[in-house]
Amino acid sequence: MKVLYFAWVRQKVGIAEEAVSPPGEVRNVGELITWLSARSPGHAEAFAQPRQIRAAVNQEFAGPDALVAANDEIAFFPPVTGG
Amino acid sequence: MARILVQEAGFDVAAETQALQADRTDVGGIASFLGVCRSDDGLAALVLEHYPGMTERALAGIAAQAEARWPLTGCTIIHRIGRMLPGDPIVLVLTASAHRTAALESCAFLIDWLKTGAPFWKREEFADGRERWVEAKPEDEAAAQRW
Repeated sequence: MKVLYFAWVRQKVGIAEEAVSPPGEVRNVGELITWLSARSPGHAEAFAQPRQIRAAVNQEFAGPDALVAANDEIAFFPPVTGG
Repeated sequence: MARILVQEAGFDVAAETQALQADRTDVGGIASFLGVCRSDDGLAALVLEHYPGMTERALAGIAAQAEARWPLTGCTIIHRIGRMLPGDPIVLVLTASAHRTAALESCAFLIDWLKTGAPFWKREEFADGRERWVEAKPEDEAAAQRW
């Protein structure tokens, strides 16, 4: 599973992307956030307030209940501010 | 099909507008929105980051919604990324149609949705060295929802 981070989420995690292999009980975006939070203090800080985090699964916006699978590209970022 | 570009370079508004009329005479009006970098609170620069791949998909999806809803003869969205100085153009939305209502409404729709539905993030750099990520505004979400 490829995980991407953008904006201040990237800064707090400390890396722009990583390949991860979460255990089978990690089935959705919300569970992945919980699992990723334990990887490092930076991850924990980035995900400390899940309400400020938005996600995409395979480049489509996704909520915490969206399912994740081994070959997916998952991205985490703050609410968008373009335009 | 909309013309969608995500690029560091600037753009030529006149040339982009002209292109929507090229080889056709059924265009009755072209609406435009040009977003510009503002200088608030001593802002020195704005740095725009995006999610390559998803950005283009999201913009194409938003443009397809506009084309399904209004009878457009053409549509152009150009969004810049990278470092912008006060006064620099950031985003251009052009919509062309036989009549003004479709052009004006779809242009407003596109810029409202672009602000909440495409993965861009702005970081502000100030003259005194401070940096700050721009926070999403509830009113932007409300503006998108009114459509």
